[in-house]
Amino acid sequence: MTARLATTTVAFALLVLCMPATAKKYQPEVVVSDPYVELHTGPGRGFPIFYVAAQGDRITILKEHTDWYKIRTPRRKEGWVHVSQMASTLDLDGESIEFPRYDVDDFAHRRWQFGVGGGDFDGARVISATGSFALTPNIRTELVGSQLLGDYSDGYMGTLSLVMSPFPNWRLSPSFGIGTGVVHIEPQTTIVQSQDRTDEIVHASVGLDFYISDRFIFNVIYKRHTVLTSRDDNEEIDEWTAGFSVFL
Amino acid sequence: MDSRIQRIFIAVLATLMPATGALAAQPKELELEPLVVREPERREVKVDQIDTEDFEIGAYAGILNVQDFGSNAVYGLRADYHVTEDFFLEGVYARSTLGETSFERLSGDVQLLTDDQREFNYYALSLGYNIFPGEAFVGSRWAFRGGLYLIAGAGSSDFAGDERFTVNAGFGYRLAATDWLMLRLDVRDYVFQSDLLGSDETYHNLELSGGLTWFF
Repeated sequence: MTARLATTTVAFALLVLCMPATAKKYQPEVVVSDPYVELHTGPGRGFPIFYVAAQGDRITILKEHTDWYKIRTPRRKEGWVHVSQMASTLDLDGESIEFPRYDVDDFAHRRWQFGVGGGDFDGARVISATGSFALTPNIRTELVGSQLLGDYSDGYMGTLSLVMSPFPNWRLSPSFGIGTGVVHIEPQTTIVQSQDRTDEIVHASVGLDFYISDRFIFNVIYKRHTVLTSRDDNEEIDEWTAGFSVFL
Repeated sequence: MDSRIQRIFIAVLATLMPATGALAAQPKELELEPLVVREPERREVKVDQIDTEDFEIGAYAGILNVQDFGSNAVYGLRADYHVTEDFFLEGVYARSTLGETSFERLSGDVQLLTDDQREFNYYALSLGYNIFPGEAFVGSRWAFRGGLYLIAGAGSSDFAGDERFTVNAGFGYRLAATDWLMLRLDVRDYVFQSDLLGSDETYHNLELSGGLTWFF
């Protein structure tokens, strides 16, 4: 226990030491084209505005945190500017710059998506982590790892699916999928029962993705699993999950 | 007389002719010039190369009270992703060791759990909301940004040798020492059900912790 803790601490310290040593950062200069941009003391709408950079000022972009950019003015004032005001700055050639802002269109054309969820798996609780990649706006491949936590047994499940979204640009977008995977179940220590089991499973799914804002998606999925057991009957299992995802 | 002047004029012209001829030839050489002149380099701003600091990782230590098993030290690691200025996702993993129940202490030799079963660990995936962002003032010279957040989620606890579905809820405070170094204080309740002591019971496990995180 202490040895493991020590290793973790050392690894962590090394990681931290390496951080400031990263290569020189990209800090481009842009020109303010609106009458002015407002500098906040922190990256949030409530932080007070303490300075403004005027039209024609060359400002240096230092870093980005969510929708906020930390900038430095010619008079060496540093503050945070919202992306909505950065969007009207120009590069040194006078060309406009594309700052990323997310809307339904980006939701429809999202590529990578990562999420977590929880729900019910045939009476047991399920926690899942999902990663998916869009091959086209209509078709995604999805990899899900789940932990199953029942009263008498627990286990793990991994599935790979192909999901189709017929209306990807709807804010509330339905999806349909099919997939396959494996499920591993082990009985709990207080239960005297047969040994661990690992079975193949196939499933069909129906889901709803709700685009909230920025890069946030709320989703609900129903999956109908068929466990391919070695016994005569295949087992049918219903799984309901709800969760959050972000897309990149 | 006229013819003499004409002759001088012609002679002068004749001497100048090659020069003008050279002048006339010069533009031909100049025509090649534009091929050598370089376009000024485009100073395009590549927004996706700007340093984004939306990830936060760190370690924490604190006290975890596991119902019936006393208060014990807990050590954990956390990783956060800030989606917007309001919301963030957090994953945590922590370890602790269960103490003895009062029954074990009073009855002398009885041990409910083996040493292995006393190793307690949990992981949780949670959604946080920065409810009161703001600044904290130290004296009249210093202002640090920080803020109170609410957080809740689900995960699993390895309790007495079994995995238990665990929900958590709590609140915390984040104080920025610099743009990239944060001090974190957390109060969290981890809730799970277990029938370890006979009947099925809901366990409330309160954790108080402090830690450091780095934004990158």
